[in-house]
Amino acid sequence: MARKDTAVVKTTHGGHSHTGSLALDVPEGSKKIVLVGNPNVGKSVFFNYFSGLYVDVSNYPGTTIEISQARYGKDAVIDTPGIYGVSSFNDEEIVARDIILSADKVVNVIDAVHLERDLFLTVQLIDMGLPLIVALNFMDEVEEHGLKIDVDLLSDLLGVPVIPTAAIRKQGLAEVAAALPEAREGHQDPFLHKKLHEMLSRVGSQPEALIVLEGDTYVAARHGVSPGNDREEIYVRRRERVNDIVSHVVSDVALTETIRQKVGRLVLNPVAGIPILAVILYGLYQLVGVLIAQIVVGVTEGQIMQGYWEPFIRGIVEPVISQKTALGTILIGEFGVLTMTITYLLGLLLPLVLGFYMALALMEDSGYLPRLATLVDRVLNAIGLNGRAVVPIILGFGCVTMATITTRLLGTEREKTIATAILQWAIPCSAQLGVITVLLARIGGPYILLYIGIIFMTLAVIGTVLSRALPGKSSPLLIDLPPLRLPRPDNVVRKAVTRTYAFMKEATPWFFVGALVVSVMQVTGMLNAWQNAWAPITTGWLKLPKEAAIAFVMGLVRRDFGAAGLFEMSLTPMQTVVSLVTITLFVPCIASLMILFKERGLKQAVPIWIGSLVLAFGLGGILAQLLI
Amino acid sequence: MCLDQIKAGEEVVIKEILDNAAKTQFIRFGIGEGSTVVCHSKIPFGPVILKKNRQEIAVGRELARTITVERSGYGKKRHRRG
Repeated sequence: MARKDTAVVKTTHGGHSHTGSLALDVPEGSKKIVLVGNPNVGKSVFFNYFSGLYVDVSNYPGTTIEISQARYGKDAVIDTPGIYGVSSFNDEEIVARDIILSADKVVNVIDAVHLERDLFLTVQLIDMGLPLIVALNFMDEVEEHGLKIDVDLLSDLLGVPVIPTAAIRKQGLAEVAAALPEAREGHQDPFLHKKLHEMLSRVGSQPEALIVLEGDTYVAARHGVSPGNDREEIYVRRRERVNDIVSHVVSDVALTETIRQKVGRLVLNPVAGIPILAVILYGLYQLVGVLIAQIVVGVTEGQIMQGYWEPFIRGIVEPVISQKTALGTILIGEFGVLTMTITYLLGLLLPLVLGFYMALALMEDSGYLPRLATLVDRVLNAIGLNGRAVVPIILGFGCVTMATITTRLLGTEREKTIATAILQWAIPCSAQLGVITVLLARIGGPYILLYIGIIFMTLAVIGTVLSRALPGKSSPLLIDLPPLRLPRPDNVVRKAVTRTYAFMKEATPWFFVGALVVSVMQVTGMLNAWQNAWAPITTGWLKLPKEAAIAFVMGLVRRDFGAAGLFEMSLTPMQTVVSLVTITLFVPCIASLMILFKERGLKQAVPIWIGSLVLAFGLGGILAQLLI
Repeated sequence: MCLDQIKAGEEVVIKEILDNAAKTQFIRFGIGEGSTVVCHSKIPFGPVILKKNRQEIAVGRELARTITVERSGYGKKRHRRG
């Protein structure tokens, strides 16, 4: 399907070889075709069309942002994160900016129904002087919205080819591919010429010159020049130009409210919105909490890994290195690198993380997630976060480690700290949640409410205190609400698989390190010493049986181990509540602790870690003293 | 008047956006100082949802308090009726 691009378009903006941090290797002589567009414009459908089967997915250095790259004929096609403009306001923009700066050709996918928003980026790309073609997507929805678009006029005004498409119905994809050789520079704003000319002599390429003029401090620093302060003027002019283009090419045939828009309105209506939210959350719980966490994990962890893998690997290693030796314990013992760690990673974590990322992709692609963020914004404001923090919090119930990594999407350091602390302290991960549920079910109604009440209160108090104590301000919510759309299963799966892969790649080494640490402690007798050291606190302060100390240490290795250790003990209902509160607030597993240190640095991680110990034993003890 | 005081269905002109980062983002979304927007809905104590043509934007309540607007009438729908 790949066609050879013989009509090589000369790029007039040479000298972009020093974009430096770009990690993606493109063979000599091939062109970089870069896909650019706003979020939710169907860009991935285009990428999938161009890329065929083999796609190289890599993390952009220093970020969790995944970049997909594929070969297309002798050229390379690179996807970029959805952005509303080229600058450096967040990680997504920084990554997209660098890839765009290195592009030989840009395919700009725009949403025909939201031209006013999308053309802003298009005109910016044109002002950058990049050879461009525009894919005018969602043409199938234009009529439904009572619109009419003059595609030829749009192409004339922009000065670049505009191809109408309906990517979801596979319409226009081949035409976009066929138009690639026609990519060309569009009509640039004459007002910018003089300014650009000056800057051009200093930074060497027009795309970079424009970005510097618009005040990008990163790119300016790269060239040792001071950033321009014309952003507002340029932006306002660009906005006026876009509005002018839109007023010429779009005509309102009828202002009708579509069914989608009606549903969109209902979702945000406080009376209907909350029950809808409850139904959606229940559905997600059934998918992730029941189907995946219980049924699928039962098979992958219990039957496959513990039933086949562990006996198999023990059978191979045992004759060479006995399990009784130190090395044997480390390799195939209770916390063995080859036994428990592998089982945990592949049998438990992999299906769970995949399930949670699927749920997230479903909510993203349907357009529900931004509405959910809007709905809960006020509640999260109270603990110093904005609606966007709903993503790490939801993911936290899956795996705290995974959620801690996604706190990167939050706007300020302050928000990242608050969200991380809440995750590490008060959100039980799914592995733990399963065991907690079983233990709670044994003791019945009022105790369950007591436990939930305590955890929620702790969460609210921690958030409020941190929000008051930490300096600075949290970023306000300002998000675009895309139209509600039915998610495409192939897109959901692709997205979830990509993210799961990135997560597993990042977290796996830390799980091995964690298991290794505990195994070494076991071999050297430190584990026993540790357990004995905790005993006075366990029996005296928490009023629990002595063996509960073991559960707390186990909780370090795997949070559910901690709770599972309580299974075998005969505890009174009150003792159960006390021990569960302590276990929930107690340090998260060693892998998430490692990620905590990596993400937040020593200065924040140590207080968060110590804080969780003080909080868990402090609150657990107070409860015990009051209630038992 | 500030943006947090508008009611669902009301149409206003944006006069001033104090927060610079927010101003930039608003311009990208298609809304600048001088734009006319309609209040799509309001979450109680929460964000204000604005609508301009087919574009919907959620603005946190705190941010809405820092945006000055001027009443310009009611949305097209109501206008027709009354």
